[in-house]
Amino acid sequence: MIPRMPADASQPVFVARGLTKVYQMGEVAVHALRGIDLTLYRGEMVVLLGPSGSGKSTLLNILGGLDAPSGGEVRYLDHVLTGASDAALTRFRREHVGFVFQFYNLIPSLTARENVAAVTEIAKSPMRPEDALTLVGLGNRLDHFPAQLSGGEQQRVAIARAVAKNPAVLLCDEPTGALDSHTGVVVLEVLEKVNRELGTLTVLITHNAGIADMADRVIRMSDGRIAEERHNVQKRAAHELSW
Amino acid sequence: MRALDLKLLRDLWHLRGQVLAIAAVIMGGVATMVMSLSTYDSLVSTRDRFYSEYRFADVFAVLKRAPEPLAERLAAIPGVERMETRVRAGVKLEVAGFSDPITGQLLSLPDVGEARLNRLHIKRGRLVQPWHADEVVLSDTFADAHGFQPGDTLAAIIHGKRKRLVVVGVAVSPEYVYQIAPGSMFPDFRRYGVLWMGRSALAAAYDMDGAFNHASLTLARGANLQDVIDRVDAILAPYGGTGAYGRRHQFSNRFLTEELKQLRTMATVFPAIFLGVAAFLLNIVLSRLVALQREQIAILKAFGYSYAAIGWHYVKLVLVMAAIGVAAGVALGAWFGQGLAHVYRETTFRFPYLDYELDAGVIAIAFAVGALAAVSGTLLSVVRAVRLSPAEGMRAEMPEIYRTTLVERMGLARWFAAPSRMIVRHIQRRPLKSLLTVFGIACACGLMMVGNYQRGAIDFMVDVQFRQAAREDLALSFIEPTSGRALHELAALPGVDHVEGFRDVPAILRFGQYHHRGSVFGIQPEGELHRSLDRMLRPVAVPPGGVVLTDHLANEILHVKPGDLLTVEVLEGSRPVRQVPVLGITRQYLGVSAYMQQDSLNTLMREGATVSGAYLAVEPGTERELYARLNDRPRVLGMVANKAAIQSFYATIGEFILFYNFVATLLAGAIGFGVVYNAARISLSERGRELASLRVLGFTHGEIAYILLGELALLTLAAIPVGFAVGVALVGILVVAFQSELYRLPLILTPENYAMGASVVIVSALLSGLLLWRRLGRLDLVAVLKTRE
Ligand SMILES: Nc1ncnc2c1ncn2[C@@H]1O[C@H](COP(=O)(O)OP(=O)(O)OP(=O)(O)O)[C@@H](O)[C@H]1O
Ligand SMILES: [Mg+2]
Repeated sequence: MIPRMPADASQPVFVARGLTKVYQMGEVAVHALRGIDLTLYRGEMVVLLGPSGSGKSTLLNILGGLDAPSGGEVRYLDHVLTGASDAALTRFRREHVGFVFQFYNLIPSLTARENVAAVTEIAKSPMRPEDALTLVGLGNRLDHFPAQLSGGEQQRVAIARAVAKNPAVLLCDEPTGALDSHTGVVVLEVLEKVNRELGTLTVLITHNAGIADMADRVIRMSDGRIAEERHNVQKRAAHELSW
Repeated sequence: MRALDLKLLRDLWHLRGQVLAIAAVIMGGVATMVMSLSTYDSLVSTRDRFYSEYRFADVFAVLKRAPEPLAERLAAIPGVERMETRVRAGVKLEVAGFSDPITGQLLSLPDVGEARLNRLHIKRGRLVQPWHADEVVLSDTFADAHGFQPGDTLAAIIHGKRKRLVVVGVAVSPEYVYQIAPGSMFPDFRRYGVLWMGRSALAAAYDMDGAFNHASLTLARGANLQDVIDRVDAILAPYGGTGAYGRRHQFSNRFLTEELKQLRTMATVFPAIFLGVAAFLLNIVLSRLVALQREQIAILKAFGYSYAAIGWHYVKLVLVMAAIGVAAGVALGAWFGQGLAHVYRETTFRFPYLDYELDAGVIAIAFAVGALAAVSGTLLSVVRAVRLSPAEGMRAEMPEIYRTTLVERMGLARWFAAPSRMIVRHIQRRPLKSLLTVFGIACACGLMMVGNYQRGAIDFMVDVQFRQAAREDLALSFIEPTSGRALHELAALPGVDHVEGFRDVPAILRFGQYHHRGSVFGIQPEGELHRSLDRMLRPVAVPPGGVVLTDHLANEILHVKPGDLLTVEVLEGSRPVRQVPVLGITRQYLGVSAYMQQDSLNTLMREGATVSGAYLAVEPGTERELYARLNDRPRVLGMVANKAAIQSFYATIGEFILFYNFVATLLAGAIGFGVVYNAARISLSERGRELASLRVLGFTHGEIAYILLGELALLTLAAIPVGFAVGVALVGILVVAFQSELYRLPLILTPENYAMGASVVIVSALLSGLLLWRRLGRLDLVAVLKTRE
C-alpha cells in the first residue's frame, strides 16, 4: 500500500504571487482576480469557498494550467507556469494534474474503464484503470458506458480518471454541485480517501460551507481577493458531513 | 422578434465558414445550370436571328443541270415565297505553303444585286464585283485557318482546270454555320473551305452557262413543306434532281440542330446531376446543422415561441445561405456561359454575332431549387426538434448509448488505444449519419469524374473510329460513280500501298413509319482499311446480299432488327426503290452508317463493278507527291487525310474540352470542398466539448486532432470507392442521355478520371483537416467546464 503522506508545510507545491486576471469586455474590464498570494503544500486538503463570481474557478483554472493570468506569477514545484507555452502547459496537466469537474466531462463513447484508460495510456506511471475504479468503489461497473451510470457514479469515474495517473495535484471544481447530499458525501469520501492514501494535494471548490469542515485549510474568496484563510484544528470525516 | 433576428445574425456570423461552404455547394450546382441553359438560349436565339436576318432558305434542291428558264416554274410553285438558283461546284483548293489536300465548295453569287436567299455577312473586305472573274469571298473559318486577308491569292481546280483566285472578302453564311466537309466526321477548317464567286464567272469555269444546279427557296406563311418538296422534285426529276429537302436535312443546319440538341441535353442533364447532388448535400448538411441546435429550439419553445416562428427563424437562416449561393452561382454561371458561348462560336458555330441571353426564368429556377433543397432539409430537422417536449429537447439528442464495436468484440480491441476506439464507436453509433456523410463525399467524387469524363471518352471514340474502323490514310471520292478499273490506276501511283474501292449511294432508308436520309455504303467484305465492328469492337465482315446498320441507326432511328426488310429509296441516277434485308448490327460511336458489300450494292443498283471513291494506304513520306498527283486528276473530287483530320479535330475541340474541364473541375471542386468541410465542421461542433475535455486532461493538440481527423480520414477513404461507383452511374446516365445521330459516348472511364475523382475528395479533406487543425488549436478549454453539454 502506498504510504500516507502527511500535510507537509515544508514542501510548497504551488506558489502564486500577485495573481490578477482581467477580462476585457469591450469598454468594461471585469476583474476576476485582483491580486492573489497563495501557497499550497504537498498532501493538503484545501477548500475554496466564496460567493458566485468571486473568482474561484478562475484561480483553479490558472493553477491547473488551463488559463493564463493577466499579471503575477505561478510556480509549480520548480516550474514557472506563467508564460509557459501551450505544449508545456499540456505536458504539465498530463503529468501532474488531475481534474474533477462539476459536469463530469466524461467521454460518452468510452466505458468507465476506457475513460480512465484514456488518461493512463498517456501518463508516466499510472495505476491500472481497474484499481482506480476499485478505489472509487466502481470495481463492478468497469464496462458500463457513462449513459448507463448515475450522476454520482459518473462523478466517481471522473475522480478515478483524475487520480489514476497518480497526479501530484487534484483540482476539483464543485464536484458535488450536481449531486444530492447523500451521493455528494460518497464522492467526498472518495476524495478524502485519495488525499489520505495517495497524499495528493487536493483543492476543492464548493458553495457548501459545511464541506469546509473536511479541509486542512479553508480559503474564502470575495471579489477576486482572498478574504479569509483558516486552518481546521479538527478535521471532520466526509461521512460526518451533511447539507 | 428582435432578439431572434439578432440570434440569426450571430448564428450566421458564428457559422460563417460553414455558410460559405454551403453557399459553395449551391453555387456549383446553380452555376452549372445557368452556364448551360444560358449558353443554349443564347445560341438558339442567335441562330434564329441570323437565319431570319440573312434569309436562310427553307428548301434546298440539288440537281445535275437545268436551263435557267426552268427557274420560273420553280418560283411559280404555290407556297413558294422567294426562290433563287445557283451554280455550285465541288473544287480542290491549293494554298501556297500547305501541302495537304483541301476540298472546297464554290457557290455562285448573283452578278447584280444582293443574293435573295442565304445572304452573306461580310466580316472583312467586300462582296465580289460584277464581272471580275477571279474574285472570291472566303468563309471566315477557312480564311482564319490560313490567315487569308483581302488581296491574298489561292488556286482552285475547277472542272480539272487550275484557276487563280483573289480574295476580296471574308464572310459568314447561314448555310455554313457548321462547316464540315461532306463525308467528314468533324470540322476541319484548314482542309475544307467554302468560297463564293460571281455567277457568270463560276458558270463559265464550271460549264454552266445559262444553267443552274442548285436551287433554294423559302416558303410562304402556311405553305406545306412536303407539298412544295414534291412539286420541286417533279419539276427537277428530268434534270438529275436528287430530291429536294427541307432545313431538317440541310447539312449545316442538321449538325447545328444536333449539336444544339446535345447542348440542350447537357443543359438539363448536367445541371440536374450537379444541382441534384448539391441539393441532396445541402439537405444533409443543413439537417445536421439544425439538429445541433435542438437544445436552443427546445428553449425557444419553452419560452412560448410558436412552431411557425421557430420554423421561420431557421428557414430565414438557411435562405440567407441559399441566397448567397444562388447569387454567386448565377454570377459565375453567367460568366462561364459567356465564355462557353464564345468557345462555341470560335470552334463550332460560326455566327456573325452572339446575343448572350440570361433568362430571368433560369435565375428563378435556380433560386427555387436552391431554396427548396435548403428549406426542406431544414424544416425536417426543425419539425423533429419542435415535436419534442421542451424538457426532452434540452437533453442531448439521443441517449448516448455506445456499444463495443464488432471489431472489438472480435478481440482486436487491444490493438486500439482509447482515441481509436472513440473514432470507431462514434462512427458506429450513428451509422445512418456516417453513411450519409460517406455518400455525400462520394457524390463529390462522382461529380468530378463526370466533369472530366469527356476527354477519355473522346480519345476512345477516335481510337475506335480511326484505328479500328476507318484505318485508311486517305479517302478520296470521284466526281461521279466510276468503273472499278480506276482503282488499278490508283494502285499504280507511287506511294500507294493498298487500295480499296467503295460505293456510296445517297438514299433514304425506310422502315414502317421511320426513315433516315443518308447513304448506303458499299465496302469490301475482307477490307483491311475500312471495316465494320461488332458489339465487342472486333472487325466483322459484312455478309453478302443485305445491309448491316450502325446500332444507333437500327435501334433508335429505324427501329429495325436483323431479319427485317428495309426499303431503300436511292437518290441517284434513275432513283430506284429496293427492298434490302437487314443482316446485322455494327457498333460505331461517330455518325451512323448502313454498310453493304460493294458487289451486293452494285447488284442492287443493277450496275457493273462501280465505285464512288477509294480508301488508300499511303507509304509514309510520299504523301506530298501523291497529293499533288491526285490533285491533277480531274476525276478525283475530294480527299480527306485521316491523320490530319484527327489532329484538326483535337485542335478544334481541345479548347472546348479545356474550358469545359476547367469549369467542371472548379465546380465539382467547390461542391466537394463544401461537403467535406461541412461534414468535418459539424463533427467538430458535435464533439467539441468532448475534445476540449480531453485537452483539459492533458491530451495534446495532435492527440485530439487524431480523434477528429481520424474519423474524417476514415469516412473519406470509405467514400472514395463509393464515389467511383457514383461516378460510373452518373456517367452511365450521361451516356444514355447524350445518344445522338452525331455520336454516342462510350462508357469508358480512364485511370485519370478515377484519380481526379479521388483527388478532389482527398484535397478537400486535407484542406478541411488543415482548417480544423487550426480551430482545434483555439478550443476554449475553460468554457466547456462551465456548461453541461
Ligand atoms: N470568459 C470570461 N469573460 C468575461 N468574464 C469572465 C469570463 N470568465 C469569467 N468571467 C468573470 O470573472 C469573474 C470570476 O468568474 P469565476 O468563474 O472565476 O467565478 P466563480 O467564483 O467560479 O463563480 P461560481 O461560483 O458562480 O462558479 C466573474 O465575474 C465572471 O463574470
Ligand atoms: Mg466557478
